[in-house]
Amino acid sequence: MAAAERGAARPTGDNRTSRRRRRRREHCLRTSGLEPGALPGQSMRARAHVWPGRREAGAARGMGEFKVHRVRFFNYVPSGIRCVAYNNQSNRLAVSRTDGTVEIYNLSANYFQEKFFPGHESRATEALCWAAGQRLFSAGLNGEIIEYDLQALNIKYAVDAFGGPIWSMTTNPSGSQLLVGCEDGSVKLFQITPDKIQFERNFDRQKRSTIHKMIVDRQYMGVSKRKCIVWAVAFLSDGTVISADSAGKVQFWDSATGTLVKSHLITNADVQSIAVADQEDSFVVGTAEGTVFHFQLVPVTSNSNEKQWVRTKPFQHHTHDVRAVAHSPTALISGGTDTHLVIRPLMEKVEVKNYDAALRKITFPHRRLISCSKKRQLLLFQFAHHLELWRLGSTVATGKNGDTLPLSKNADHLLHLKTKGPENIICSSISPCGSWIAYSTASRFFLCRLNYEHDNISLKRVSKMPAFLRSALQILFSEDSTKLFVASNQGSLHVMQLVEGSFKHLHAFQPLSGTVEAMCLLAVSPDGNWLAASGTSAGVHVYNVKQLKLHCTVPAYNFPVTALAIAPSTNNLVIAHSDQQVFEYSIPDKQYTEWSRAVQKQGFHHLWLQRDTPITHISFHPKRPMHILLHDAYMFCIIDKSLPLPSDKTLLYNPLPPMNESDVVRRRTAHAFKISKIYKPLLFLDLLDERTLVAVERPLDDIIAQLPPPIKKKKFGT
Amino acid sequence: MAEPVPETGETLEEDRRGEEHESSLGLRTVPEQTSPVLGAGPDGLLGVEHSDKTDQFLVTDSGRTVILYKLSDQKTLGSWSVKQGQIITCPAVCNFQTGEYIVVHDNKVLRIWNSEDVNLDKVFKATLSAEVCRIHSIQGTEPLVLFKEGAVRGLEALLAEPQQKIETVISDEEVIKWTKLFIVFRHPVLIFITEKHGNYFAYVQTFHSRVLSKYTLLLGHEEKTLIQSFTASVDRKFISLMSLSSDGSVYETLIPIRPTDPEKNQRVVRSLLLKAVVSGNARNAVALTVLDQDHVAVLGSPLPASKESLSIWNIKFQTLQTSKELPQGTSGQLWYYGENLFMLHGKFLTVIPYKCEVSSLAGALGKLKHSQDPGTHVEPHFVNWEASQGCGLGCQNSEQSRRLLRRRKIEVNLQPEVPPSKQLLLTIKKDSEKHIEVELRKFLAMTQTPDFHAITGDIVTGLLERCKAEEPSFYPRNCLIQLIQTHVLSYSLCPGLMEVALQKTDVHLLQLCLQQFPDIPESVTCTCLKLFLSIGDDCLQETDVNMESVFDYSGTVQDEKMEEQTKILQNGFNPKEDNCSNCDQELKEKPQDTTKETTSCPVIPKRAALLNAILHSAYSETFLLPHLKDIPAQHITLFLQYLYFLYLKCSENATMTLPGIRPPTLNQIMDWICLLLDANFTVVVMIPEAKRLLINLYKFVKSQISVYSELNKIEVSFRELQKLNQEKNNRGLYSIEVLELF
Repeated sequence: MAAAERGAARPTGDNRTSRRRRRRREHCLRTSGLEPGALPGQSMRARAHVWPGRREAGAARGMGEFKVHRVRFFNYVPSGIRCVAYNNQSNRLAVSRTDGTVEIYNLSANYFQEKFFPGHESRATEALCWAAGQRLFSAGLNGEIIEYDLQALNIKYAVDAFGGPIWSMTTNPSGSQLLVGCEDGSVKLFQITPDKIQFERNFDRQKRSTIHKMIVDRQYMGVSKRKCIVWAVAFLSDGTVISADSAGKVQFWDSATGTLVKSHLITNADVQSIAVADQEDSFVVGTAEGTVFHFQLVPVTSNSNEKQWVRTKPFQHHTHDVRAVAHSPTALISGGTDTHLVIRPLMEKVEVKNYDAALRKITFPHRRLISCSKKRQLLLFQFAHHLELWRLGSTVATGKNGDTLPLSKNADHLLHLKTKGPENIICSSISPCGSWIAYSTASRFFLCRLNYEHDNISLKRVSKMPAFLRSALQILFSEDSTKLFVASNQGSLHVMQLVEGSFKHLHAFQPLSGTVEAMCLLAVSPDGNWLAASGTSAGVHVYNVKQLKLHCTVPAYNFPVTALAIAPSTNNLVIAHSDQQVFEYSIPDKQYTEWSRAVQKQGFHHLWLQRDTPITHISFHPKRPMHILLHDAYMFCIIDKSLPLPSDKTLLYNPLPPMNESDVVRRRTAHAFKISKIYKPLLFLDLLDERTLVAVERPLDDIIAQLPPPIKKKKFGT
Repeated sequence: MAEPVPETGETLEEDRRGEEHESSLGLRTVPEQTSPVLGAGPDGLLGVEHSDKTDQFLVTDSGRTVILYKLSDQKTLGSWSVKQGQIITCPAVCNFQTGEYIVVHDNKVLRIWNSEDVNLDKVFKATLSAEVCRIHSIQGTEPLVLFKEGAVRGLEALLAEPQQKIETVISDEEVIKWTKLFIVFRHPVLIFITEKHGNYFAYVQTFHSRVLSKYTLLLGHEEKTLIQSFTASVDRKFISLMSLSSDGSVYETLIPIRPTDPEKNQRVVRSLLLKAVVSGNARNAVALTVLDQDHVAVLGSPLPASKESLSIWNIKFQTLQTSKELPQGTSGQLWYYGENLFMLHGKFLTVIPYKCEVSSLAGALGKLKHSQDPGTHVEPHFVNWEASQGCGLGCQNSEQSRRLLRRRKIEVNLQPEVPPSKQLLLTIKKDSEKHIEVELRKFLAMTQTPDFHAITGDIVTGLLERCKAEEPSFYPRNCLIQLIQTHVLSYSLCPGLMEVALQKTDVHLLQLCLQQFPDIPESVTCTCLKLFLSIGDDCLQETDVNMESVFDYSGTVQDEKMEEQTKILQNGFNPKEDNCSNCDQELKEKPQDTTKETTSCPVIPKRAALLNAILHSAYSETFLLPHLKDIPAQHITLFLQYLYFLYLKCSENATMTLPGIRPPTLNQIMDWICLLLDANFTVVVMIPEAKRLLINLYKFVKSQISVYSELNKIEVSFRELQKLNQEKNNRGLYSIEVLELF
């Protein structure tokens, strides 16, 4: 019956392809500068002579056919955003989430999430702020003020403010003092010293709520009406106080007289957050309906100096509460319960109308949460407080492009590994052989041995981890699963030998003298000889694992590294940066490869450079050394180094099926980048073997389904 | 919004109502009325002074009597008179330290008594050696006696030796005009103003350091004005002396409490604070009293012809806070004690409680808006900001800058610069209509500057000012049309324009305005609508109206089409199935009439074009509805007929649009039908001519409801289909697929 159906459907399908083909041909001709009416045969022949040597380059073969394990059971839900803080000096954005995670985004580096501090169950952050010298502080409901070490990527210290939960925190304009607003109603002033903070004085609760109390702190308190809560206030240097409250109003007050100057009723729901631009000519508020409003100080009439605050633009990029907003000189930044971080550039402030002026919506972390055991076809999913191990299913059927194959065995959930303690998992990894799982929290490193006996799995923790292995930023197993590489947050790299059920510490590569930068990305060559490690800013270091010494350092590049991998056989190190550049560096030769130089010379296709999610994973085809497979959240790409690079005029993304035409036209349009956008949002993609891919998707709808319901808005007819 | 301030002499009940209403604004203006005060002749009272108990006041009339009055009970607590032949020369005051009362009669005789005393003849008496001008007594210090020659004595010291010699401080012919005592840093400071040959001098006597400083008040360029009333308030360093001049403006002078050089005769300048709060050449007496740092009360006639009134001005925002007419006239005296204003209204001492709220811009603007309301009495006095900037001390926009300027005591004469674009404005003021038109064309041909729209607004304002001045001869219609067609104007830039056009019944101009202005108030839109509906057809024929929104509606409809049209009117719903409509049948009886009614446009094309402009204009329902109620019923019916006609035209094609360049959309038509019916349903339902129309509309709505209920039913099925579709798309959590990359 299926065959009959297919047979019936075929004619129309063929018609469609032939129609497409016709359109496609016209397009090709147009791009080659020929009239559609010109004789195609002639032009093809003429072209054929141009590249006689490339005929066998495999263009006709295409990139191949794969069976794809399309996985959507990674039940990952990002935590809601609680605070955002923008630092103008470094153009970085700190974001804290409801689970206590703090992320640092580098807005200059294509909005890359370059650092993160893992969350902690008891450390709900309620306030986040930058102080002088680009120091980051957070405060939260456990009553502690925390400073983060942005180099070593750990918590420098935590100081109890002794005022109960802290609801708000801010610095003075010079960034030398810290003020916190505590649950007990007190406001405490801390002096920021070069290496700590020191309590200076306590401002006690005022008997009457005076305007001045509103100035220094952003804590919740009821004013004006009985049920109205002021969620956020801002104090401008001209003495204006702006308040945002639960009645949906944004109000302007004169702090000298305490009078209400102007009131804007902007929503029926709460106005929850406010952020003012440094110039104080513009500010942004976020509401519980997910709307962000932009207010600007504009002249009353064009020829007067008198200015007034005007609500200018509403933006609806969120579905849920906008809990936090920030205002960079060129953009409005908002985040909230719906977990998206939205960066909305202000068109009038953007000088060059390039792709930077586009809206950014960051939903997924810019790091891998998934690792894969190719041998046993296992996937390890990392959640905040647990790991899940799944075995992929299998099929015996075959099919043609686009078919869904009947499963002979479904995917199995093998293991649910819950961490003890309140800390979030920083990183995790499963060995290629599937016998080892390693993961780490901020204070403990865990290594487990898995035993498979038919369908039963037993897990045995390896005890007695060495004292220096307390916390890891990245864990990597060698291809043969005999070695374990751990990047610790002290900047050192540990190499461990794994033997049946136990391990042996082989060596620790210490960080270069004078640097404390933590390594976040690791890559090991399949032959196990080379280890590449990268921090957030310095170059990529390549170590010789056999000789246990530093082999070379790839020159530092302006943009942080987002993914690293070493190709089999050639030992070429492929590095992807946050500006979407991809470099190939030959480790044995200690220089960039010819191909990489050629790419840099010609430049990447403009559309390639305009993608807005970073490449998070690079892998290689075991049988095709010329292929590099890489992916970001919305596409994966196989780069065939043997093919010519696309120029800006050619079509970068061409999902259309092939045409039954001569090789020559195909070759005319074939280029090195074969992109597929079928799987999205794509969190992980790798080759299990030469004919099998695994793709882990996380559809946004599934995330939204797990969020609390948004404020219901009345629609017509409902 | 606040109600007008209630009249005095109203019943108590009405007063209470007034209070309730006012309290929402924060103003309490409940008039309370004392019993008639004996002898309150044309000279008024000598004074009203605070007693040692709150709520009790000493009222001294200009004859022989002192009355102690309890305000809350409206009751006289005591009354004392001097003997026949004697006359009280100085208002009675209370010595707050002893609780006794002090009065001076016959200039030199001091009497001190307390409330138990009955006869003023038998109380303590002291005859002084010099004539007393005033006794000042305020809480926290002993009473001070100011003599007519300018000397000051404490009461204790004076009583110890009543016949002591009193020195002369001020020169001959210098007369003390006004005096006031302050407490500054717990020490009394006395200020008194003298006048001599039209020159005014201020003396500041500090008792802490016993320094007397003299200042000459410079009146600025209005040297000839008389100062009619003074009042003063004090802050830490300065006495802010406010004076109401005979030109009707309030000026402020800052006098330092601690003189920089007490020996020298210093000069102080005054700056304009409020312009023209009372009529300049009023014969009636005027009075000024400062209420708090932001408010002053002014008594006087706002216009030369009008009755006297009490107005409270906000100095900070230069706005009128409230005002109250006093039709029986006043004595030009005003006192303010503890949130009560005292004045003589007719023959009655009237007390108006007034509490100054912290001045907020919102409050100030609220009142302004209120007084602009067309229904109420329009207050004539609004500060012309331009004029206020131009004269005296320049820019007074912000409190801060004003303070700064005053502190410097520099008289700044702003030299107004004439920017090139103002040239045209000058032309507009004088030249002929033709010339203006030429100049305007030149101006519009120039490149547009960033503030082009503001300048255009100024030009329109200039033209309108002249229109108003030279009515009806000057009406530069072409200029105005050209200006509107620059597409930069808005209603708020030139609020008078549409008003003028309405006056002139210039429908073309109004049509342009409606098309171009994004921000026309609903009341104006409605006034235009009224005009468009009421203007005669013959008048319209002569006018030149933009007809692009009107398609030739008449005569194009064939009989064949009519059949279709009625079908579409049902909107897919078969009326035969409709089992509950009597009107339906009634309608069916005269189907011919219906078609006839609907085929021809009920208005002439020109009127249709104008009405279309109304349909296109923006509005807010809540603001439009009350105005729509004012339209006469026959006009409402006409407009409804036109709208219904448009609807029928819409129904003729599948896209439900009208032909033409900018035709009204179906939504606009429907919204307006709803609005008109909402506003006037009770009226329309009574008109026989509208009956058929209403039946048609009712039928239409009913068919719509039926269609939607059917659609709702379909929607359920659709949702199920959608669900099925989604399940098909959703491949589940795991699948193995084949992918070929080419």
